[in-house]
Amino acid sequence: MLRDARLVASKDLRVEATSRVLTTQVLPFALLVLILFGFGISPDQQVISGAGEGTERVAILEKVAPGLFWLAVLFSTLLAIGRSFAIESVDGNLDALRMAGLDPAGVFLGKMSAVLAELLVLELVVGLGCFALYGPPLAHPVLLVTTVLSATLGIAAAGTLYAALAAGLRVRDTLVPLLVLPVLAPVLLAATLATEAALFGPDGDGWPWALLLGAFAVLYTGAGILAFGTLVEES
Amino acid sequence: MGWEYVIPGYLIAAVAIGGYTLQMLRRGRALSARVPEERRRFLAEKADKT
Amino acid sequence: MNDPAPSQDAFESALAARTAPLHTGSKSTRVLGVLALVLLVSLLAFALVITPPEVSQRDSFRLLYLHVPSAIVSLYVAFAITLVGSIIYLRKQSVFWDLLAGAAAEVGVLFLGITLVTGMLWGKPTWGVYWQWDPRLTSTAVSFVLYAGYLAVRKLDMDPVVRSRRAAVLGIVSFLNLIIVRYSVQWWRGLHQGQTFDVADTQMDGVMLFTALLGVITMHVVFAWLVIHRFRVAWLEHQADEAGLDVALRERRAEGANV
Repeated sequence: MLRDARLVASKDLRVEATSRVLTTQVLPFALLVLILFGFGISPDQQVISGAGEGTERVAILEKVAPGLFWLAVLFSTLLAIGRSFAIESVDGNLDALRMAGLDPAGVFLGKMSAVLAELLVLELVVGLGCFALYGPPLAHPVLLVTTVLSATLGIAAAGTLYAALAAGLRVRDTLVPLLVLPVLAPVLLAATLATEAALFGPDGDGWPWALLLGAFAVLYTGAGILAFGTLVEES
Repeated sequence: MGWEYVIPGYLIAAVAIGGYTLQMLRRGRALSARVPEERRRFLAEKADKT
Repeated sequence: MNDPAPSQDAFESALAARTAPLHTGSKSTRVLGVLALVLLVSLLAFALVITPPEVSQRDSFRLLYLHVPSAIVSLYVAFAITLVGSIIYLRKQSVFWDLLAGAAAEVGVLFLGITLVTGMLWGKPTWGVYWQWDPRLTSTAVSFVLYAGYLAVRKLDMDPVVRSRRAAVLGIVSFLNLIIVRYSVQWWRGLHQGQTFDVADTQMDGVMLFTALLGVITMHVVFAWLVIHRFRVAWLEHQADEAGLDVALRERRAEGANV
């Protein structure tokens, strides 16, 4: 299973290395979204932060930077998982993989790992963009890294599972967002709160949410391993 | 106090359930004509049911 | 249009035999339907006329006699049936459970829609706004979209067996997700504020409690009636599909014989 997973993951990453669809199309898209958020929420708008003596005026953009970061990641995820299955639908590739005797669970893990790797690279760039454009502080780097890793694992697992559900359909591009976004809603919620704690502190507020993200990742990786074979199997 | 919200609430629910029911029954009638009678009912396959 | 087509012969013999009527009703569902109507009328009478207004929420409280039962039926009964049906379908490939799972989900989404609308209409006089980021209302909205997605998959134009299998996987994962959404949203709002509205706080006398119970029973009966009929329609759809497939196969064979 793990050998098959490695095979599929390296295949997907090699396809990306030659086609560069994600780096030349999805990554610029994600950065554009960050700029558009700035247009939608004026950079001059401020909120009063803190209570009692220590109140200060903070730009809304800085305050909501965690949520905007994860929204940009979610939208990019839709494109990344769409791409992940678009490269399979050509010439019935998914069938070919099955015929070649590859373990479906391995194929799932492979595709998921490739999406995970791609998303992590994207998040690094988008994250740097967020710090540059919105200028939030960074109080707890360890919590931030843990949050990003566990949230992305969950996003990649659930995304791959749901993209497989719509694999090979003409309506895939419109169906996948409807299916995936409600599922990822709790991830957006937990990741935003954990990231808020990581940026502004205190980190004690963030760890339970990071834990929830970890649980989500384990749950959906498990569900994907169990269900992927059933999903891609033809009648 | 509050009737201006209660009435629309019950009306919307009635229209939703009623409309759904009508559309479903109509569809059932239309489909029945297209299916051979011995296959119209799930239970008919196992036992004859009036 | 005087020449009787063969389908019309079948039509007439069906009427004569009376084994399978040309609609989705039956003796038992007619009894259930009458019961549902009687319950609905009495629920309206109790909820809108007989019960007194609640002490603090006044008449807007009457929306809850509809809101709470439809929430219970959709979230605890309908989607649980979908879950069970999906699991059994994946194990036994039983068409019955597949169609039942779909029928329950569809009626469940309808009831969830009613839950949302009545919840918002109740919120306006109670909270002053239609939408409060109340944990239950918020997670209900997400669940609504979740199962709307499930219904969208069931309606896809594709191989029926593959579609049923994918829908079954979705039916199982959706329930898992329903639980995750409910608890994470509750946890999220719990940190910011307490429960906006606590049922235990309201003053309910005997008649009001009876009406609440009547609402729960009524919505269950209505749900059962709707699901049985929806199942029969789904069964007919399934049979019509198969009949269409038979015709196509026969034509294909005839073509093959000619070549």
